[in-house]
Amino acid sequence: MSGTRVLVGTRKGAFILTSDEAREEWTVDGPHFPGAEIYHLKGSPLDPDRIYVSQSSGWFGQVIHRSDDGGATWATKDNDFTYDGVPGEHQWYDGTLRPWEFTRVWHLEPSVHDADTVYAGVEDAALFKSTDGGESWSELSGLRRHDTGPQWQPGAGGMCLHTILEHPTDPQRLYVAISAAGAFRTDDGGETWLPINKGLRSGEIPDEDSEVGHCVHHLDLHPSNPDVLYMQKHWDVMRSKDAGDSWQEVSGNLPSDFGFVIAVHAHEPETIYVVPIESDIHHVPPEGRLRVYRSRTGGEEWEALTEGLPQENCYVNVLRDAMAVDDHDSCGVYVGTTGGQVYASHDSGDSWTAIVRDLPAVLSVEVQTLS
Amino acid sequence: MNATVTIRVVLPAPLRTMVGLDREVDVTVEGEVTQRTVLDVLERDHPALLGTIRGRADGRRRAFIRFFACEEDLSHEDPDSPLPEAVVAGREPYIVLGAMAGG
Repeated sequence: MSGTRVLVGTRKGAFILTSDEAREEWTVDGPHFPGAEIYHLKGSPLDPDRIYVSQSSGWFGQVIHRSDDGGATWATKDNDFTYDGVPGEHQWYDGTLRPWEFTRVWHLEPSVHDADTVYAGVEDAALFKSTDGGESWSELSGLRRHDTGPQWQPGAGGMCLHTILEHPTDPQRLYVAISAAGAFRTDDGGETWLPINKGLRSGEIPDEDSEVGHCVHHLDLHPSNPDVLYMQKHWDVMRSKDAGDSWQEVSGNLPSDFGFVIAVHAHEPETIYVVPIESDIHHVPPEGRLRVYRSRTGGEEWEALTEGLPQENCYVNVLRDAMAVDDHDSCGVYVGTTGGQVYASHDSGDSWTAIVRDLPAVLSVEVQTLS
Repeated sequence: MNATVTIRVVLPAPLRTMVGLDREVDVTVEGEVTQRTVLDVLERDHPALLGTIRGRADGRRRAFIRFFACEEDLSHEDPDSPLPEAVVAGREPYIVLGAMAGG
């Protein structure tokens, strides 16, 4: 029987939850790196026991850890995320220009193409790449040096590059998303980048031809159909059928078009999940009911999934990296909350169980399906 | 040939845990003993500390880190000034401290 390993990053350490394919009994291991903010941890799809961790703290700054034994032991890796050349300036909240300044790594994306390659998305927004398992990093600076760079501005959480998606068969194609600049695509391994934000409308930027200035919260795709992208934006759930060249809104009957997460079912490329959140100010589930919404039609038509999820007095948030799916035959879906619960479904979302509760606020959830 | 001296350095608990050190670590400095030379050797001997005490990009003390010796706050002193004689002689440690924060 195969296994399941859930990697949970929280405000106060990392936790590793393990189970078998049935996913009914769980073992909780942690905290790893107690007291430190763990923005993200993720395992290599090619070498699952290799796990990368982004640790961030106001005291001691950015630290990168790597395990080569599934989280039993850890070693620190390079934490030098110095921008390539003169960093330049971007927009600040008040419209003034401010120099690019590294704050933290938001997201680590181990490559599906090479076990030693891993990408890091950082704040202030930039993309770094390591080809030696995190021993050293270099910036793919064509992104930050894009002509629109001086127009990029932070969202409320900072100007972060939070999403990195690889094309499953073409190592030259990558998608990234930045709050609040938008989504970008490269077709040459990161040398040059194209803003892919046509069709997005973002509050004070109703011009759907505006190249940047869009607060994209998360992207996902299914490897069997990688030209179809799904996006949870600050407002609106969006779909692109042409690798991001254009976008159509698919919010449909959702109770709120605001939210942070979006994920695609492991075996059904048109089945997607979001967690609607009330408004861009409250950041809690509508009506105090935590509901995962599932669409089996690539958006527009949504059903609420509630069995096992709190349906009263629930005022947690689900942050942008806090949803994941496993690829067992019966697809598992995982959601972490700022209240410290991780909810799991082993039946594609039909029913849910809290596999751990009372952790520190959850920042990220990833899952590995182990053979 | 420059003389070498051994400086006792105290690190905050999270950094000690991270690099597997005891409360005090001995740092052997050749030549002038300043905050900069002590931290340079400390980071050379324990590269995992790079960026955790001083910024990677600018080499400056991180905002929530403080430096003490002989009951004096050296955080705002010139990093190239000589450390007190008691530190050089090994009677007192050079202390790296995580600033208190919270509420």
